[in-house]
Amino acid sequence: MNLLSVSNLHVNFHIKKHELAALIDVSFTLNRGERIAIVGESGAGKSVLGFSIVNLISKPGYIHSGSIKLENKDISKMNLRQLQEIRGKRIAMIFQDPMMTLNPVLTIGDQLVETIRSHTRIAYKDAKNIAIQKLQHVQISSPETRFNQYPHELSGGMRQRVIIASVLLLNPDIIIADEPTTALDVTIQAEILQLLLSICEDNGVALVLISHDLGVVSKVAERTLVMYAGRIVEEGPTLEIINDPQHPYTQGLLNALPQMALPGQRLNQIQGSMPSLSERPSGCAFHPRCPYATEKCQQEQPSFINSGVSSVACFIVEDMLNEFADEEEAYL
Amino acid sequence: MLIFLLRRFIQACFVMVIISVISFAIQDKLGDPVQQMVGMTVSVEERQQLREQLGLNDSFLTQYWRFTKNALQGDLGTSFYYKKPVLEVIFQKVPATLELAFCAIVLVVLIATPFGVLAAIKPKHAISRIVMIVTSIGLSVPIFIVAILMMYLFSIEWNLAPSFGRGETTQVLGFWESGLFNKDGLNHLLLPSLSLAFALMPIFTRLIRAEMMEVLQSEYIRFAWSKGLSSNRIYFIHALKNTMLPIITIGGIQAGTLVAYTILTETIFQWPGMGFLFMDAVSRVDTPLISAYLIVVGGMFVITNTVVDLIYGLVNPTVRLASHGL
Repeated sequence: MNLLSVSNLHVNFHIKKHELAALIDVSFTLNRGERIAIVGESGAGKSVLGFSIVNLISKPGYIHSGSIKLENKDISKMNLRQLQEIRGKRIAMIFQDPMMTLNPVLTIGDQLVETIRSHTRIAYKDAKNIAIQKLQHVQISSPETRFNQYPHELSGGMRQRVIIASVLLLNPDIIIADEPTTALDVTIQAEILQLLLSICEDNGVALVLISHDLGVVSKVAERTLVMYAGRIVEEGPTLEIINDPQHPYTQGLLNALPQMALPGQRLNQIQGSMPSLSERPSGCAFHPRCPYATEKCQQEQPSFINSGVSSVACFIVEDMLNEFADEEEAYL
Repeated sequence: MLIFLLRRFIQACFVMVIISVISFAIQDKLGDPVQQMVGMTVSVEERQQLREQLGLNDSFLTQYWRFTKNALQGDLGTSFYYKKPVLEVIFQKVPATLELAFCAIVLVVLIATPFGVLAAIKPKHAISRIVMIVTSIGLSVPIFIVAILMMYLFSIEWNLAPSFGRGETTQVLGFWESGLFNKDGLNHLLLPSLSLAFALMPIFTRLIRAEMMEVLQSEYIRFAWSKGLSSNRIYFIHALKNTMLPIITIGGIQAGTLVAYTILTETIFQWPGMGFLFMDAVSRVDTPLISAYLIVVGGMFVITNTVVDLIYGLVNPTVRLASHGL
């Protein structure tokens, strides 16, 4: 059984009597100990997807339909009390900017201990011991001193370590990391990423990594979902996605990597920009930016098809596959 | 900490010098004290003589110098009306005013905080909507109307509380005449402190609401939710503490406004405090008393602001007065 299975998830934003769809028909699964990545440009709906897994979408967003099943319990139908039991204990989150994530007026220790004590009946002293042990685990020097310090006394990388420690406190099954290294400088990025990876591997924790950085994704995730304008457009093993991207959008993303351009040349970029929620194009939302778009792409939404190892939602790929199949048949 | 207090003391001295100059400068613009002191029958020559005796004919600088010299020895002059040292007159009235202001502040905190927090957490709740309406009315209605209205309703129509005076007092610590320790005193305190509280309640409720709403949008609150903490812990520990930081600063400044409002409240309710004394002093052109009042109130201002800064340092860990000697 899958640890987490999201099926046909629709998330809407209710703004001034208008219903704007932020996520459309999103389905994916996550196995115990598996590491997946969600990639896409800003505004693709990656973070909304991440937050909706713990039903923590900021208002006026809400889950319109679909289900998010943790084992056999549907998170989208839980009340606040049930959600509070799951959040932090079974599914924990790491946020983008460690400078903003910790409460500035509470000590590191307070913020660690409260997490443990709100989920388990345990004496303060024992909770403190666990917290200090976890701080050690994420390689924070002199954890006893840090325990009594305030967030502003720590550097950005340190704070992200504290946050990772806080996420580990209750040994969750899933960690959702929303761009955990974006706000850090490059050398710290690599360290934090390595730490996150080894923690997931050592403890068998499943990871949902939300990122726009394909370099980061290729180092960490086993499977990758590519999102565009609220939909998943391609899904498959990370290596496959990177070496043999099917969807024109994925190809564009990979082409846009700086290492894909020749020295002295302009970087390749995808023409145009991500549509806003209220201006979603008809048919395949990517068609205005797609170099291969046909009339059919403007009118109909492509469904998911399996192209060998990965799945993709694109008419061009579909047509090509059909052609191959026909040729093969003719050959036989 | 010591350095902070020392700096504050020097700043306070500056402020006090400026206040004393201003309060002294307005003295001879207020009217003729002699006219108020003596009867109709006193002749012009005698009046002139009295003026000479009181030093009212000397130049401004001479008068100010004399005043400062005495002030540094703790003598701010003698009241023309009471014929007693002004400080003695004022300090007799201090307990009444401080108790009134203290009760008003307690009321503001006790009422504004829960309503502000509720209005921020549940903006669509019926009570929140009522709070918003009442506070916007409260902001636009002047305090003396509120006071007179309350007086009419509570003491004339319903006869629930007395409308003037301080009632019985008990002596605490040998010198402090307090109305807080017996029923009659507390009863008398009710209306004045409530109407004084009304001066600040609406603005504080709205400030707390606005500030809290902003804090609730922040990333660390979202992170707190993602940790599965209880709503109470998030609202009252994570959010409220951050909400209170700017409120404390504003509260310190508004404490001054409160003193200004005591003059109004005390006059309306015949509360025998400093504000009432000041109004009397103005109508009697008791100039030494007027300037002494201004100086004492200025001093209280400086002290409250220092205390507020100290409290701020306690609540906000990024400001550590002790280690940086700010």
